[in-house]
Amino acid sequence: MSGGRRVDLAAAAVLLFSMAGTVATLDRIDHMRRGTAAQDAIYVRSPKLLRRMSLGYTGLVADIYWTRAVQYFGEQHHAGSSDFHLLAPLLEITTELDPRILPAYEFGSNFLGPTPPNGAGQPQSALALMRYGIAHNPEQWRLYYNLGFLYYTEFKDYAGAASAFAQGAQVPGTNPFMPILAARMAQHAGEFDTARMLWSTTLQSTKDASIQENAIEHLLALQVDEAVTRLEQVVEKYRELAGHLPASMGDLERAGFIRGTQADPTGRPYKLMPDGRIEVNDPQSFPFITKGLPPGAEPPQPRPPAKKDSK
Amino acid sequence: MNSGGRNARIGSIAFNTFREAVRDRVLYNLIAFALLLSGAAILVGEISIDIERLVVVNLGLTAVSLFGVVIAIFIGIGLVSKEIDKRTLYTVLSRPVRRWEFVVGKFFGLTGTLVVNTFLMAVGVFLALLYVAHRFQKMDAWILVALYFIVLQFLIVCSLALFFSSFSTPLMSAVFSFALFVIGSLAEDLRGFARIMHGMEGWIATAVAYLVPNFSALNAIGPVAHGDAIPGRLILYNTVYALLYSTMTISGAVLIFQRRNLK
Repeated sequence: MSGGRRVDLAAAAVLLFSMAGTVATLDRIDHMRRGTAAQDAIYVRSPKLLRRMSLGYTGLVADIYWTRAVQYFGEQHHAGSSDFHLLAPLLEITTELDPRILPAYEFGSNFLGPTPPNGAGQPQSALALMRYGIAHNPEQWRLYYNLGFLYYTEFKDYAGAASAFAQGAQVPGTNPFMPILAARMAQHAGEFDTARMLWSTTLQSTKDASIQENAIEHLLALQVDEAVTRLEQVVEKYRELAGHLPASMGDLERAGFIRGTQADPTGRPYKLMPDGRIEVNDPQSFPFITKGLPPGAEPPQPRPPAKKDSK
Repeated sequence: MNSGGRNARIGSIAFNTFREAVRDRVLYNLIAFALLLSGAAILVGEISIDIERLVVVNLGLTAVSLFGVVIAIFIGIGLVSKEIDKRTLYTVLSRPVRRWEFVVGKFFGLTGTLVVNTFLMAVGVFLALLYVAHRFQKMDAWILVALYFIVLQFLIVCSLALFFSSFSTPLMSAVFSFALFVIGSLAEDLRGFARIMHGMEGWIATAVAYLVPNFSALNAIGPVAHGDAIPGRLILYNTVYALLYSTMTISGAVLIFQRRNLK
């Protein structure tokens, strides 16, 4: 073998070995530093300073900060942590650098509002973010929709929600449901129907698969909550008439209160408990349900998304 | 050829590279650095409250890093082409010096220049710190770790500049090296992007994310400016990573330079 060929072979072997080594070392570094990208980012808290440091490339820097916000939320959420203290500053920096970055408002308010571990439990920060978004993008009906949604879900502020939906209904190209939602909020009527309309609007107006999946899970949970409420009312009526609780679903059917097997959206029959409560067979199948759970049980947590975090 | 002779040849090329850099007045950048830092140290006390230490550490270490990267790129890209233009490369290679020894010697020479440069700048940073804070604190020791990480950054940048100069023009080598420095500074975000991508795009993004140098983890300026400690394991992993990455790049440069037609 010539000297040149020997050098070639040795260099190629060293190159491959070092390449494999860099990948392995990088994985270890990543494992150690998970989440520190966001923390590093927070060393510069002033959006004004960042704007100057970005030399005019604010759009790119905002995109980077938005990605960091998503990763930070995703990693904390995935780890089951309830500490999301960096989320609000990351979103604030993102939106101040690029006030027209709409996903940061839409997703951001949904990351910030809900209580941990589903969100940061900072509904006031979510509210401030949405108001800032609307002030800079008054032509975006979805922001009014998100604001109304936030008022409804996090604050139970029907007047605030009605006002937000009504303003959004005035925006050209708005969703046809907006005036209806405004009216429903103003009347504060039909909790289940209103919630169903909100989640249906979300489902229809997004192209994001994770948000669609989340909306479907909420709609299924609403279906279960509504069925359990109705069945428990039926059980109460039976008790009033018969003077005792029904022993089984068959008793309710024979008394003409229900027809056929009462099943949840997965096809599993609802269970009638000895104390007259109705329970679902498998609560884990329905994240977000609030009824049909065993006594003292916490509502099941939504499944962590595979790659991306959902609304 | 024995290993003692080989090491002597590599050492000789490295020393000549260092001497040439000094002769090219590369170390003049220290004057600009000293002016920048002493100006900042004096001014910051006048115009701000309670962030004198922070400004001096941030500005000092950022300047050390940027001055060094610029030097590494602009000297690194000319190491091979200049020798070809001046025809001195033929003289070197006509002696019992092999091409790979030439590349490795040049790398060590450039790295040595930057280490000396960084050492002198580090002295400047600590003097400025002493001027604004009047005394050193325990947490100032972490600045040494940040400086060490900056030197590791230089190892990678030098190897990249040398790699590109082994097959490209100086201008294009500078563009490639600088672009990789910028991309590498955002490497963690790039791997974050790769993690949320699917299918073929996800594979490509992951491959690119691992292939570009990771300068993010080597930047500890923010934490040390705030007096945060740097974990020992990170120091170890960063050292291993920088050594492996520069070895990989230099091996690539050797492979290309071995085949390069120098006529």
